[in-house]
Amino acid sequence: MEKGKGVMVGGRRWGVDFTDNSASPSSRDIPDPPGFSRASQDQDDSTLSRQKKDAEANWKSQKAWEVAQAPFKNLLMMGFMMWMAGSTVHLFSIGITFSALWQPISALQGVGKVFEPYKDSKVELLGPKLLFIALNLGGLALGVWKLNTLGLLPTHASDWVSSLPPAQEVEYSGGGIPLR
Amino acid sequence: MAMAIRVFLLSLLFLSFADHSFSLYEDQAGLMDWHQQYIGKVKHAVFHTQKTGKKRVVVSTEENVIASLDLRHGQIFWRRVLGANDAIDGVDIVLGKYVITLSSEGSILRAWSLPDGQMVWESFLQGSKPSKSLLSVPINLTVDKDNVILVFGKGCLHAVSSIDGVVLWKKDFSAESIEAQQIIQPLGNDKIYVVGFVGSSQFDVYQINAKNGELIKHTSAVFPDGFFGEVLSVSSDMLVSLDSTKSILVTINFQNGEISFKKTHISDLFEDHSGIADILPSKLSGVFAVKINTLLVFIRVTAEGVLEVVDKINNAAAVSDALSFSEGQQAFALIEHVDGKVLLTLKCSHDWNNDLLKESVEVGHQRGLVHKVFINNYIRTDRSYGFRALIVMEDHSLLLLQQGATVWSREEGLASIVDVTVSELPVERAGVSVAKVEQNLFEWLKGHILKLKGTLMLASSEDIAAIQGMRLKSSEISKMTRDHNGFRKLLIVLTRAGKLYALHTGDGRVVWSLLLPSLRKSGSCEHPTGLSVYQWQVPHHHAMDENPSVLVVGRCGPNSDASAVLSFVDTYTGEELNSLGLVHSVAQIIPLPFTDSTEQRLHLLIDTDKHAHLYPRTSEAIDIFQREFSNIYWYSVEADNGIIRGHVLNRNCIGEVVDEFCFDSRELWSIVFPSESEKIIATVTRKLNEVVHTQAKVVADQDVTYKYISKNLLFVATATPKASGEIGTATPEEASLVVYLIDTVTGRILHRMAHYGSQGPVHAVFSENWVVYHYFNLRAHRYEMSIIEIYDQSRADNKDVWKLVFGKHNLTSPISLFSRPEVILKSQSYYFTHSVKTIAVTSTAKGITSKQLLIGTIGDQVLALDKRYLDPRRSVNPTQAEKEEGIIPLTDSLPIIPQSYVTHALKVENLRGIVTVPAKLESTTLAFAYGVDLFLTRMAPSRTYDSLTEDFSYALLLITIVVLIAAIFVTWVLSERKELQDKWR
Repeated sequence: MEKGKGVMVGGRRWGVDFTDNSASPSSRDIPDPPGFSRASQDQDDSTLSRQKKDAEANWKSQKAWEVAQAPFKNLLMMGFMMWMAGSTVHLFSIGITFSALWQPISALQGVGKVFEPYKDSKVELLGPKLLFIALNLGGLALGVWKLNTLGLLPTHASDWVSSLPPAQEVEYSGGGIPLR
Repeated sequence: MAMAIRVFLLSLLFLSFADHSFSLYEDQAGLMDWHQQYIGKVKHAVFHTQKTGKKRVVVSTEENVIASLDLRHGQIFWRRVLGANDAIDGVDIVLGKYVITLSSEGSILRAWSLPDGQMVWESFLQGSKPSKSLLSVPINLTVDKDNVILVFGKGCLHAVSSIDGVVLWKKDFSAESIEAQQIIQPLGNDKIYVVGFVGSSQFDVYQINAKNGELIKHTSAVFPDGFFGEVLSVSSDMLVSLDSTKSILVTINFQNGEISFKKTHISDLFEDHSGIADILPSKLSGVFAVKINTLLVFIRVTAEGVLEVVDKINNAAAVSDALSFSEGQQAFALIEHVDGKVLLTLKCSHDWNNDLLKESVEVGHQRGLVHKVFINNYIRTDRSYGFRALIVMEDHSLLLLQQGATVWSREEGLASIVDVTVSELPVERAGVSVAKVEQNLFEWLKGHILKLKGTLMLASSEDIAAIQGMRLKSSEISKMTRDHNGFRKLLIVLTRAGKLYALHTGDGRVVWSLLLPSLRKSGSCEHPTGLSVYQWQVPHHHAMDENPSVLVVGRCGPNSDASAVLSFVDTYTGEELNSLGLVHSVAQIIPLPFTDSTEQRLHLLIDTDKHAHLYPRTSEAIDIFQREFSNIYWYSVEADNGIIRGHVLNRNCIGEVVDEFCFDSRELWSIVFPSESEKIIATVTRKLNEVVHTQAKVVADQDVTYKYISKNLLFVATATPKASGEIGTATPEEASLVVYLIDTVTGRILHRMAHYGSQGPVHAVFSENWVVYHYFNLRAHRYEMSIIEIYDQSRADNKDVWKLVFGKHNLTSPISLFSRPEVILKSQSYYFTHSVKTIAVTSTAKGITSKQLLIGTIGDQVLALDKRYLDPRRSVNPTQAEKEEGIIPLTDSLPIIPQSYVTHALKVENLRGIVTVPAKLESTTLAFAYGVDLFLTRMAPSRTYDSLTEDFSYALLLITIVVLIAAIFVTWVLSERKELQDKWR
């Protein structure tokens, strides 16, 4: 903008800079035409940018909601994978279960980062964040549920007694058929 | 697609679990196991050295084995093991090609081919009355050009053809009430004399025609003083015997059908005689040997029946039979012990003062006295006669002596193992490490080329043997120090001869042996027998510097009231530390679960008067014992009376001498079985040293049941008296088998179950909370195996997870057996094809690994059967959860998988016992099977899940790691460089 400003030395005698929108009339050689008010243009310009900003905020919040809803798709896919893996413990099912547990955890750790681009004073991010967290918690719950169906959670009595040593007996008895 | 993946993965998983059977590849045989063949204590020996070719000696032994041994090296050419009740009475060689054996009290005569031991013929000799059995092979007696074998057995005289075993004729003596003593067949004569006693004082001679068995003449005469026992034939018409007081020698002349007696007082022969005499059974011509106390007297009989003393020898050990070696010349061997050496003297029967041979041989001090000697002659290169002597020692070992040296020896004592225990080897320290074999580069290269050839299948049989040898050497299984996995141990075995051997588990060699001085015949101990061996001291943490020791318990005499002998032996050095000749007898030995500060285990010896004696006799032991005094009980099973009694210790014995280590006992309870319907045929308890990992058993769907684990449980099997004999003697209606589970502290019967129509023999094994027993089902005509599992119902409601998480339960607190247990039992029965000699179960260090039953089959092999096959929860259609748990669908019979024979191609002849020893590695156990043969192998019932297999390629692993690290470096450098370039752009 600064480049096109002022009179060029050499071939060109004059020129009109239409893009001139500087606010102070004193900087110009030619007075403003009657009825022209610089201030009004300024005002107009600011409403335009406000509108623009609003649109951007809208867009951001929309995007944030979208991002917040993204784990839902993930959840569905995970569910499908889990169904495929079956309920027996083997490499495949364990891998899927752990990825199902790991994904929500890592996503929850990076909640701030995920919503960083949509950070704006005007955008209400709490809603999407809560949804995001809720969905990821849902995914986590799904993973835990899967872990449980695989029998890997110590929720049964048998998980706690399997290494219980036999009780000591107070009495001791020996003997048998006499030696021959 | 998903389904396909699931199925594939499932089947992969299933395959990896399903193949639990213990099997190995052909070239792995002999790497982890060893097998040793023995024959037992030799009874008779016949040499076969006439022809050129293989020189051999045919022996029969007390373990009912006939074997042909190589005279050069002592190896077994062939060996045949007869049944346990088929004792061999005589062995001989006929026609130069058949070995003839008479067994089963003179009722079975068999001929075996001399070169290879194939049976040629067998004949069963009928008879009615038990009698002495005699085998006689006359040299020149032929009937229809057929060499005849004369056999006296079961009261009948049989003449048997040596070619096909047909009985040519038979003469029955069962009506005459004669106790035949000898069959005498004079040379060049067709007459046979059968001589014997009727009652104690009448002497009878039957003269029989050898051609057809007709009685020619029968004469008898009465000797008023009476005879003692046996007669010895001195010449063809002269016999020697002793009178009933054993102080008069009687010569019996039965020439020409006339019987005449001639009495000679032993005190007349030499003055300084006192005590009683015994005639040695050695057949020497014209001479006989009499043993009076320690003196051996040789007495010559002249043609007139006059006796004259030829020689007196002090401390003679053994005398052989006479051997005729050249025309008319006869010699016999006399063995004496001089200065710890064996002095072998060969005497000529006719020329007494001329010794043919006099050799002194060192045989080693741990062999004891010579028990038997057999001689054989050979012709030396200078055409003179040489002699070799086969001697049987007190420890049952067999040695061949020739030219003043021991040519070979065999440790035959190991064929009759009585008891087995284990001891650890010393810990490897800097000072005691075994010298490493230096290997040069060439050797190393050669070894690798051989291995390469082996993998490319280019190796010849010698190469394969060399590879096998290398593998054995490299695996360090025979080192004399403890290894990390606990595979190397010492097996301490007690043999019937009273000798203790330490065998190395790596290769089975004898590390040391000790003929226990306290178990040898002595003045105070006439017939000592070794009973059992226990771990006495097992040094652990705070007594590491001491050597471990074992306790050997013996008894002076065959009766149970004979006084006991204890001996303590250091297992590192093989020296007897201490020995005690006890005043009391020993009926039971109870190792207590307490040790003193030096890790000596307390033992309670119960004598026949039901007094308990505590050992070791120290004040510390008595302190420990007093603390637990009121909690110690003992029980006795009186199988003959059908009573089981429980006792509690009372107070110190009341006697003349105050003995604070002796305790009275008071009867607490008794279980009396009705004698008309139940007879105790088997009892079994848990092994004392068994380790149980957990009391809980997780069943399908994460449910938990609690095992009833008690060390004080006794399994008893009773059968109806009618059905306690052989299978087939009782009908199914009159046979029944009842099994009991009895708490031996309180006498409470926890369980009783009857199997109608079944009978013994019962073989059982008790482990953790289950019993497996094997019996015969008469209705199904098949053997069956049953399992009983015992669960504790009173603990069953301990299912609150939070209580378990925070330890707020009393599952591990000590329990008293006087609190009434609520048990539930689950049982199931299956058919089993084999009849069984013994059953054992694998044991591991922590008891985590699943168990296998080790079944000693009738074919003398050891079969490993997974315990999962004997699970009372097996059903025809197990649910998905049960399948996941590993429950096998129910079948009516137990499978016998050929690959699960632990002994693979080998046999443990006359298998008597199986002992399992846990290694330090949890997955692995050592199984030792003994009978006439010994076999040891390493087993992993759930495979070696805690260690890499021996053929694991460490080189490959190392290379992979190195390559990966290199790759990481390279890629790191490359990425750095790329980043730098990116930054410059």
